[in-house]
Formats: sequence, C-alpha cells, structure tokens
Amino acid sequence: MNKVQPNIQKALEGIQNGMTLMIGGFGLCGIPENAIKELVKMGVKDLTCISNNAGVDDYGLGLLLQAKQIKKMISSYVGENEEFERQMLSGELEVDLIPQGSLAERCRAGGAGIPAFFTPAGYGTEVAVGKEVRIFNNKPHILEQALTADFSIVKAWKGDTEGNLIYKATAMNFNPMMAMAGKITIAEVEELVPAGTLDPNFIHTPGIFVQRVFQGEVFEKRIEQRTVRTR
Amino acid sequence: MALNKIGIAKRIAQELRDGWYVNLGIGIPTLVANYVPEGLSVEFQSENGVLGMGPFPFEGEEDADLINAGKQTITVKSGAAFFDSATSFAMIRGKHVQLTVLGAMEVSQNGDIANWKIPGKMVKGMGGAMDLVASAENIIVAMMHSNKAGESKLLRECSLPLTGVGCVKKIVTELAVLEIMGGAFHLLERAPGVTVEEIVSKTEGALVVPEFVPEMVL
Repeated sequence: MNKVQPNIQKALEGIQNGMTLMIGGFGLCGIPENAIKELVKMGVKDLTCISNNAGVDDYGLGLLLQAKQIKKMISSYVGENEEFERQMLSGELEVDLIPQGSLAERCRAGGAGIPAFFTPAGYGTEVAVGKEVRIFNNKPHILEQALTADFSIVKAWKGDTEGNLIYKATAMNFNPMMAMAGKITIAEVEELVPAGTLDPNFIHTPGIFVQRVFQGEVFEKRIEQRTVRTR
Repeated sequence: MALNKIGIAKRIAQELRDGWYVNLGIGIPTLVANYVPEGLSVEFQSENGVLGMGPFPFEGEEDADLINAGKQTITVKSGAAFFDSATSFAMIRGKHVQLTVLGAMEVSQNGDIANWKIPGKMVKGMGGAMDLVASAENIIVAMMHSNKAGESKLLRECSLPLTGVGCVKKIVTELAVLEIMGGAFHLLERAPGVTVEEIVSKTEGALVVPEFVPEMVL
C-alpha cells in the first residue's frame, strides 16, 4: 500500500458533506494549512470539525467558517474569531465547548480503544450537565466519552513514506492524538522523506496511525501574537 | 496604595518554591515569570506543550512553531521539553504541576471560581482552565478586587457560570492577600498603605479579619 499521495486532491479524496473531521493545531500553530485551503475549494459542507480552536477570521478554520462549510464545532477555545462569534450567537453554528484536557484525552481515548473515562475537569459546571458523576478518592469525577472522526487531518514537520511523523516544538499539540483517532488519517508534512531516513528512536506518531501522507506546497505559518523583546 | 499589576505579580512570585513546576494563565499571571526570587529554580509549563519556557524572542528570531498558551511567540530555556496536549494535561491532572496561577472574574467564599463565560456577552470557551482548577492542589488567583463597574469580585456565591468548585486556596488582589478556609475569606496581608476598612468594604463575601493584618513586603 502506497501512503504517499501525488497531490492534495488525492490526499483529501473521499471527504464528503456531513462528515466529522479532526483538524490538528493549537491556535494557528501546527494546523494543516494547505488541506484547510483545499477543503474550501472542495466546497464540502455541513462538516463537524473537532479542533482546539477555530482559527482567525481569514486564516485556518476561519476560512471554512467564512464559507459556511461548518455545521458544528467541537473546541475548547474559540476567541479571536468574530465570524465564529456571529454564527454562534445567531444559531447558524452549533458549538460544543469542552475543557482542553478533556478534548485531548477524548481524542486519545478514541484512538486507543477506550470508550469513555472519568475526569475531575468540569465537575459542578455546565460541562457536567447530563454526564454521569462518580466519586473516586473522595473526589467527584464526570464521565467523558471518546471522540473519533471520519477523517483526521494532521500537520507534521517531517514524515516518511511509511507515514511515520515527527512534529516540531509546540506545533505538535493535538496532532498526535488526532492522528490516532481518525478512521482515515491524512498527514500534511513540510518535508517528505524516504522510509529509513528518520531515526526510529525519534518518531512521534508511528506510521500505523497514518493512512495518507502528502507534502504541503506552501507553509505560510502565520503568527497570531507576535511578541518580542528588545536586544 | 493599591498595587499595580506588576505589584500583584511580584507578591505572587514570593509564593514560588525551589524545584516547582508552575502553570501561569494569561494576563497578570504571565508577569509572575519576570519576578522569580533569585536562587530559585522554577520551570514554567504551558499547556499547549512546553516545559521550560524562556523569555520572548528577540525581534527577527520568532518561530511560528514555538508559542505559549496565549499564542504568543516564546523561546525555551536549555533543558526544555515539548510534548502533545494529552501528555500536557496528564501533567496537570496528575498533579505533577505544583502551582497554577490564573485570573478570575469572580471567586466565592467557598473557593468556587468563574472565569470563562459571561452569558450572552463573552463566549470564548474555557480552554484549559477547567482542567487546571479541577486538579491543581495549589491555585492562586491573581485579580483586581472589584470589576470595572466597581462591584466586588470576592463574593458569597458566584453569579457567572463556574469554572470549578471549591478549588481556590489563595487570592492576591491590588489590595490584599487572602486565603479561603472553612467557607470564608481570611485576610492575610494588605497592600502597603491600604486600610483594613477599605478591604472590608470591597469584599462582599464573608471575611475573617485577624486583630493584626501585616502589610505586604514587596
């Protein structure tokens, strides 16, 4: 089986209206920017997107929001995006906000074959409404269920032809768990190398979790909050 | 005189202990990193996946792949480590992080905290705040004593949607250091020149005031 995709169109083939997609990234860091732009071109609609954030107005998942291709967002933090706020307040967009650690663990659980787990996060808040509560070690915990996706789209720094991935710095974030939780996982990489080039000791995501890999064409890597100090 | 934001950060920095791993929230908490007492070795964790955060980069050295939880460009110190979001929250949920400092819109006398949502007005999401407050054994809230409308933020009960219940132990405001014990705020210290009367008048929740309230030493 050849995991390497000749182009982005082939890489995203099969993504259809109404599907659930996991999209890696934290803010604009580590998002599969080429794939997101291609999803806009494809025009697929009524998507449920699981992603920690929703991009900014004109970049990242904000592009899919602008084009009204997203029906539901599952995220932990969605500030910095006016179009998102507008669609949510007007009821056009369904939003499920979950604590960031629970979101990460729900993706991990989905990929690891664990259907649900108990966590203290959100107990006593509106996040806990309708969820089973159990006491462990004298402390209340709520039941959170695993998440999976029809397609997971992740972004890595380096990938090989076997689908093994290495991420860079904090661009790792949600990508490894989402890679595990997709029925089909597509990896957009900055540098695609032949199998055997990457040191097996330093692989972050083993290729078993990745069905398709492609080299992204352009990486703009926009910075959301440029903060510097003076010399 | 009431403290400014830097004063609040300096006072919180006095709570740091050698060898601690610390998670700092956005806003005043971020400033705490600038005032680590000399001789202490403290590592800062950012929930987007880094341990050993350093200062902001020099101009021209920003790396889009290296940010903190506030999405700001950062650097790392030698000995830093990167990891995924599930591992990051394992550190937090598993109590491997010794101190969490975060801001709040309201805190109640039993330690409830509200800091993520104003219904109909601000709906940005909780990010990692709910995971942090539910698990941290040591939470310090850094905030102003009153909101912009002049209403006390130290309440009998929170009016805004909660982030966590019964979790806040200590609060540092521009006026005072307070501890939460047995369902009441306990006044520990007052800012230099601030009177006990002013703190009492600006605290809506139950406040226990000892006979002698020392001034903060900054």
